[in-house]
Amino acid sequence: MVPVTASLEVSGLAFAYPDGHQALFGVDFSLARGERVALLGPNGAGKTTLVLHLNGILSGGTGTVTVAGLPVGRQHMAAIRQKVGIVFQDPDDQLFMPTVREDVAFGPAAAGIKGAALQERVDTALERVGMRDFADRPPHHLSFGQRRRVAVATVLAMEPEILVLDEPSSNLDPASRRELADILRSLDVTVLMVTHDLPYALELCPRSLILSDGVIAADGPTGELLSDEELMRAHRLELPFGFDPKSVTMGA
Amino acid sequence: MGAGHAHRLYRHGHSPVHGLPPHTKLAAAFLFVVVVVSTPREAMWAFAVYAVLLASVAYHARVPAGFLLRRLLIEVPFVAFAVLMPFVAEGERVHVLGLSLSVNGLWGAWNVLAKGTLGVAASVLLAATTELRELLLGLQRLKLPPLLVQIASFMIRYGDVITDEMRRMRIARESRGFEAKGVRHWGVLAKSAGALFIRSYERGERVHLAMVSRGYAGSMPVIDEVTASGAQWRHALTLPCAALVVCLLGWFL
Repeated sequence: MVPVTASLEVSGLAFAYPDGHQALFGVDFSLARGERVALLGPNGAGKTTLVLHLNGILSGGTGTVTVAGLPVGRQHMAAIRQKVGIVFQDPDDQLFMPTVREDVAFGPAAAGIKGAALQERVDTALERVGMRDFADRPPHHLSFGQRRRVAVATVLAMEPEILVLDEPSSNLDPASRRELADILRSLDVTVLMVTHDLPYALELCPRSLILSDGVIAADGPTGELLSDEELMRAHRLELPFGFDPKSVTMGA
Repeated sequence: MGAGHAHRLYRHGHSPVHGLPPHTKLAAAFLFVVVVVSTPREAMWAFAVYAVLLASVAYHARVPAGFLLRRLLIEVPFVAFAVLMPFVAEGERVHVLGLSLSVNGLWGAWNVLAKGTLGVAASVLLAATTELRELLLGLQRLKLPPLLVQIASFMIRYGDVITDEMRRMRIARESRGFEAKGVRHWGVLAKSAGALFIRSYERGERVHLAMVSRGYAGSMPVIDEVTASGAQWRHALTLPCAALVVCLLGWFL
């Protein structure tokens, strides 16, 4: 079943924090190139821990993570960090440079790109999230939704193999939510979206994984998972009031 | 640029002084201050000439006198003790309006006041004509230790974020009926400060994670390279060179 050109392959990943708290107990899944997949799970399921393994910030447990055929490990960390773009939950953490342009340039510049090529990367990335007019603004003068979009651009500028988004819809008003969804749909990269915003997952991701108690508890089409009431209850996942996944028609 | 979001010390404009590369201005302001400080305090006319030099820079930079003078007030708390010097210093004394003042103290006070004011005026002009961001680039270009430049740039980026967090904590306190009335409430304020410190520290960790995720390996990549032509250097250095001539005259006349 596993496609030959998997963007991301995680197998047997287990990890315990130094204080003894075991967060992951053998996680297995793989994402094909170009797929958009949601990683669902209640608070404390180990979602963030898993994300930090994808670009090698956390390591030292057992199991392997492979990105486009390249195993995550010390020897080619720079290549891995370029291939796996993580958009963190709080854009104020993600945007640390004085202006939007410099922030977007940070990743490619750290990879040694200079001059016109760097400018080109920055412009393209900002263009893709519709923030080109804001290039010279300081990030803290943007609205929250705009900051989130710039945060996506900072990662797109690195031309990653896979885009990992941690709670992309949190704190966004409905219009910003929709704008971000349009942007994510327009990208042709593999997307792993960590969220407990289930309607958003249904809207954007044809396939979902449920991470619960440090293992993948379910893996299947998003609509089917969300309609399985028993499964949902067992993993503390609740749909918003009045939302019926069966009544939603998806364009995917 | 020109988004109307610059720091309030900065005064937007397109004067010849605004247009100079930041590192030339930094170097000029620094050298000017060094020259001023090494002028003998007895050469009072020299300080007047320095003031005229700065005034002409301000004129070229189109910084109004009122703006400059208001910004100079920042100096007041720092020179307050200079005012005390004539009263407390030792040595020969003179009587003015029935007050006994020390001659040495008077010279000392004049020295601090004149040099301090000129130094602050030069800094105010630098800040008024150079954006914060540019100043950082200038410092980087002048080969200041990169760690210091990074710290300064993070201060600028996160100053507002942390002030905002502080404001939210204050609103949360006040919404629950807290009013800081006296010493008894300092404990609460101290705990808020502690909480703010821990929050900022944790944010620092998250920012570091985000940086590492984008390939940070200990040094900031150079994104904007600022360069200056010989002519620009000559323009910027006119001020300290003119000051140097005055200073030398002050020593030998």
